[in-house]
Amino acid sequence: MTLPRIVITGVGLTAPNGNSLAEFRHNLLHGVAGVEPYEVRYMGRLIAGVCHFDPLKHQRKKEVRVGTRAGSIAIYCAREALADSGLALETMPKDRTGIYIGCTEHGNVETENEIYALSKFNYDTKYWSHYHNPRTVANNPAGETSLNLGITGPAYTIGAACAAGNLGLIHAAQMLRLGEVDLALCGGVSESIGTFGIFAAFKSQGALAHHPDPKKASRPFDKARNGIVISEGGCLYTLERLDDAQARGAKIYGEIAGYHVNSDASDYVLPNPARQSECVARAIARAGLAPRDIHIVNTHATATPLGDIQEAQGLARVFVDCPDTFINNTKSFIGHAMGAAGALELAGNLPSFDDHLVHPTINVDTLDPQCALPNLVLNQPLPVKRVDAILNNSFGMLGINSTLIVKRCVA
Amino acid sequence: MTKDECKQAVLEIIADIAPDEDLGHLKHDARLRDQLQLDSMDFLDIVMELRKRHGIEVPESDYQQLASLDSCADYLTPKFTAQGK
Repeated sequence: MTLPRIVITGVGLTAPNGNSLAEFRHNLLHGVAGVEPYEVRYMGRLIAGVCHFDPLKHQRKKEVRVGTRAGSIAIYCAREALADSGLALETMPKDRTGIYIGCTEHGNVETENEIYALSKFNYDTKYWSHYHNPRTVANNPAGETSLNLGITGPAYTIGAACAAGNLGLIHAAQMLRLGEVDLALCGGVSESIGTFGIFAAFKSQGALAHHPDPKKASRPFDKARNGIVISEGGCLYTLERLDDAQARGAKIYGEIAGYHVNSDASDYVLPNPARQSECVARAIARAGLAPRDIHIVNTHATATPLGDIQEAQGLARVFVDCPDTFINNTKSFIGHAMGAAGALELAGNLPSFDDHLVHPTINVDTLDPQCALPNLVLNQPLPVKRVDAILNNSFGMLGINSTLIVKRCVA
Repeated sequence: MTKDECKQAVLEIIADIAPDEDLGHLKHDARLRDQLQLDSMDFLDIVMELRKRHGIEVPESDYQQLASLDSCADYLTPKFTAQGK
């Protein structure tokens, strides 16, 4: 059975260092990180990746007040992706459009805010907001997007911890192939910097990054790395079947070549290199490629002492004798955008198909020998002969692994 | 508290829950929901903010008393006064 080919035709994003793909890419090629001091309730001044898009570009003030930060991020990304795709909201098939948004979590921010507000009223629950439920339902960011755009097709979120950004794209590709929808808005969002709980939990785990210079705090593969920088962000794509995209003369960023999703089934938080390498290898096989055909591997590495080593071990098993495979990491610029990470990190690499540059992993002053993969692109962008396939890893807690491969679209 | 002051307190709440609306031309004797884009959740916001900001309880059976600015003033002014405002 020949499955329909699925292509990316639009990108909308907000990252701590850019509110469009062009700005994001420019900063990834020029060493501009987006981590800054950030006040966290109960914990004081920490650091985080904060986005600075204008929600009122696409929302009314009332929508912002009633909705959630994740909703605002999703709406901004969806509107920007649609504009980038050349599709007109007025004429597109709204009942045949699906919205599939990956989230690491949703509802923590709103619940913490509500409990904090309630504390000012001696925890009397008659002061609990009637907006709590619509704000905290797990489909909130997708639902707010459907409301804002008037899209009446399926709109829901996909919970997949920090693999969720990739899962949004993968699920959308599956729905397009099944013919369930004709257009998908998909990817991932995160509002996680709004919850003290995530900061406190990573701190208790000994996995929260700290550094005198916030912009140097996220340092995957560096010997002095000390944990995760938590970030917010979002990235949504328009995905279409190739035939449809060609029929309307759409710009095509790349083609979904293959993917794989599996589970460690071994620990709540510790990664499993054997399952990660299995995930990567099966995605490559599904794409009909060999490891040496992959030209960029964007790592998931979050700058935890153990996790980076384990991912490096997993990749080393797969990419043997691959002289044209280059490896980078985007979290070194923007921290860990949680449910948005996979989608954002893929986006930051897509322009490589055209400019033949591999953006680097920054903040590596002393490479950890246990992470010293061949062709790891350190601190400066690297011009390469060609980029035909990008492999994007995103892994998450409870052992969910995802690998997504996008290739140059040759129609 | 005068009825005008009561209306001002209600308008301050409405300005926060309907920030996109121009409140300068509101007719005081006409239904708020006919003049503004207020849905049932927004209306509950007015009730909640009266409770939070002013300690005033509006039972569900009295919600209709908040239909217009004039009816708000008639209904709420004694409640504000009872609060010592």
